[in-house]
Amino acid sequence: MLRFQTRKVIVVLLVLLFGCGFALPNLFSPETRKAIEAGAPSWIPRILLPIHAVVLGLDLQGGSHVLLEIDRADLVRGQVTQLRDDVRRILREERIGFQGGIGMTARGVSVRVPEAADRAKLLPKLRELSQPVGTLGAFGPSGNNTIDIAEQPDGLIQLSVTEAGANERVRRAVEQAMEVLRRRVDALGTTEPNIQRQGLDRILVQVPGLQDPQRLKDILGQTAKLQFRMVADSQGGDVDMLPSQDAGGSLVPVERRVIVEGEDLVDAQPAFDSRTSQPIVNFRFNIRGAQRFGQATTENLGRPLAIVLDNKVISSPVIQSPITGGSGQISGNFTVESVNNLAILLRAGALPAKMTIVEERTVGPGLGADSIQAGKMATLIATVLVIIYMIGTYGVFGFIASIALLVHVCLIFGLMSVLGATMTLPGIAGIVLTIGTAVDSNVLIYERMREESHQGRSLISALEAGFQRAFATIIDSNVTMLIAALALFALGSGPVRGFAVVFILGILTTVITAVTLTRMLIALWYRWARPKALPF
Amino acid sequence: MRLLRIVPDDTRFKIVRFRRFSYPFSAAYSLLVIFLFVTVGLNFGIDFRGGTLIEMQAKSGKPEIASVRQAANGLGFGEAEVQEFGQGGEISMRFALQPGGEAAQQQVVVKAREAFSPNFDFRRVETVGPRVSGELVQAGTLGVVLAIVGVLIYLWFRFEMQLAIGAILGTLHDIVLTMGFFLITQLEFNLTSIAAILTIVGYSLNETVVVFDRTRELLRRYKTMPIADLLDLSVNSTLSRTAITSTTTVLALIALVLFGGTAIEGFALVMLFGVVVCTYSAMFISTPVLLYLDVRAGRGDVEEKLPAGAKAKA
Repeated sequence: MLRFQTRKVIVVLLVLLFGCGFALPNLFSPETRKAIEAGAPSWIPRILLPIHAVVLGLDLQGGSHVLLEIDRADLVRGQVTQLRDDVRRILREERIGFQGGIGMTARGVSVRVPEAADRAKLLPKLRELSQPVGTLGAFGPSGNNTIDIAEQPDGLIQLSVTEAGANERVRRAVEQAMEVLRRRVDALGTTEPNIQRQGLDRILVQVPGLQDPQRLKDILGQTAKLQFRMVADSQGGDVDMLPSQDAGGSLVPVERRVIVEGEDLVDAQPAFDSRTSQPIVNFRFNIRGAQRFGQATTENLGRPLAIVLDNKVISSPVIQSPITGGSGQISGNFTVESVNNLAILLRAGALPAKMTIVEERTVGPGLGADSIQAGKMATLIATVLVIIYMIGTYGVFGFIASIALLVHVCLIFGLMSVLGATMTLPGIAGIVLTIGTAVDSNVLIYERMREESHQGRSLISALEAGFQRAFATIIDSNVTMLIAALALFALGSGPVRGFAVVFILGILTTVITAVTLTRMLIALWYRWARPKALPF
Repeated sequence: MRLLRIVPDDTRFKIVRFRRFSYPFSAAYSLLVIFLFVTVGLNFGIDFRGGTLIEMQAKSGKPEIASVRQAANGLGFGEAEVQEFGQGGEISMRFALQPGGEAAQQQVVVKAREAFSPNFDFRRVETVGPRVSGELVQAGTLGVVLAIVGVLIYLWFRFEMQLAIGAILGTLHDIVLTMGFFLITQLEFNLTSIAAILTIVGYSLNETVVVFDRTRELLRRYKTMPIADLLDLSVNSTLSRTAITSTTTVLALIALVLFGGTAIEGFALVMLFGVVVCTYSAMFISTPVLLYLDVRAGRGDVEEKLPAGAKAKA
């Protein structure tokens, strides 16, 4: 009981020093931490500097959490259309006769080729359309192909997009979308946005400390597909009827042929029209875009041009003169804000598919600050209550348990700071709860000591037996708690996961503080006080 | 200085006999829970039901709750639940899930902002679409099941299967009773509630394991003691620890209820109830279960076999 290897003592002291040392920076302001980091000599490893603090979750510092989902059906539709165009091209190139056109379903296309010789010529070409999905394994490509080709006995050939092919398309689109969303959020000029993928088809955008969550959502949710097309003279043929923004939603016939698309834009800036002082967007094309635009405006003098954004006509100005310089302006019924947003969207580029916001959680900065205040208060009061109770019950040993408790709370903060874990509101609740349960290990040990000394053991052997016998119980009870906490971590996200992290760390540190630290302190007390009996 | 002790030393309570009261009580309560679950149902928050929650604070003075309710209902998103809470003119509004899929939910926030921004600060806005809420329900259920299975396996390795079953039965009992708390108080059931339930699972097992650890030790030490007496002894010898730990946990939770703010209050109240229930069930539910499970079976070191509960004067 009283013998400690010097090595062990040093290890425990180091753990305490570092644990509590890492918790210290949480008391500094962010500015102080930055100053320390800037001022420290470069030979000190960054991990040793007191600059790591607990990251506050959005629910504590305020901000917006928006979860977007990509429209899978939209993407698959695009794939099927592409497939139809490819099949049509191959049929034409190979001069193959087929009956009754190319049929389209939700997942694929079909074509009837009556001649067996034609089919033999056609199938290898069609197979070239299908690509293997997935990474290259040891035995060639793993997984299956993007397109399934089935041949019916009556000459019907069916091509369908496979599940794996659709997933691959979704994966690529989400990657593209993340790039685009990052550019859009950066343009808002907020600090440290966090954009990450969730599951196969979702993107989580977290923006701390945002003043205008509505604007964030406006900017995230828009596909922003910009097209310049000619207004058609009449309906029918290759003409879409699109709602117009300035004519109160009435339908305008627009040619299907696209002159230039948004991806050929190199810049877009909000401005004011010098003549009407209306807010407008000035844009510039790249060389390809400028050429096409110049050609189209030269050929169509005097005709209205439709500027189409996400299948809505924002304006349809009449072409007064050929625009060959590669720059132009978009005017419409704009407010200053919508012009700003449009410029951001055009600069950042269009999303590869429609995205919908499926979840939003926004917390105002005021509420966050209140929560932190309340959390601090509850933690303080809980600590004081538990310490008073423990000292009232166990006297000197209660005091020792209280030291262990304080170290335990420090260690949780220290570990969370080093790991860069996020503190959330339920996390604070977790800390308060762990203050209540952390002393359990001490109580188990002390009660065991009482029992052993009641059974007539000498003090020193009762102390020893208390630790030894309670240890198995402490391990068992903490492991069962840990399993529950891990389950919570595995399924939780956001705030709940923050709670799980605190819960898990609390369980791990309590074993260190309640067993090892308590044991050392009791040994110290024994040497110093030379007691004859248990103090409780 | 005389130190305080809640439980006197060497208590001799007849714990397992008490099952004559505790079992019918818990059975009746469980039936009530099932009845309420079917008739009233849980008050699901937007995490599981989908919909929109808006918490706002009046920029000045006390808001007129009636006029806010009227304005909220006039937005055209159905009946809104409008409540005042906290101090200083805080109002929470809940709108049900709107028909028309994920995108339709967003309109609620847009319209509400237009209507209330001039006079109110928006402190919290949460919108959950139908797909996400469905997934959250699945994840929550899965988590609870996962935890129970994991613990069962661990206990099975560390103890005999009989003790593991006893512990899990106790835990299930605690989950049922906690659900009852949600049903009776109609406290909102959301993601944080799942966290509370899982914490209670952890705490419940913790309480039971402490008693069963002692049971296991006593089984080895007193090979011929009647099971009922042995179980009584297990509970009595861990009684003072149970009382002290429950007290510290309750103290911490009371601090949380009183000072933790409105956002944590629900969680803290559930935990408070849970701690009391877990303490009760470890002693009066899980432990007596062992009477019916042959805990001495399959032990190689048993000298003489006693039929389970043979001498238990129950």
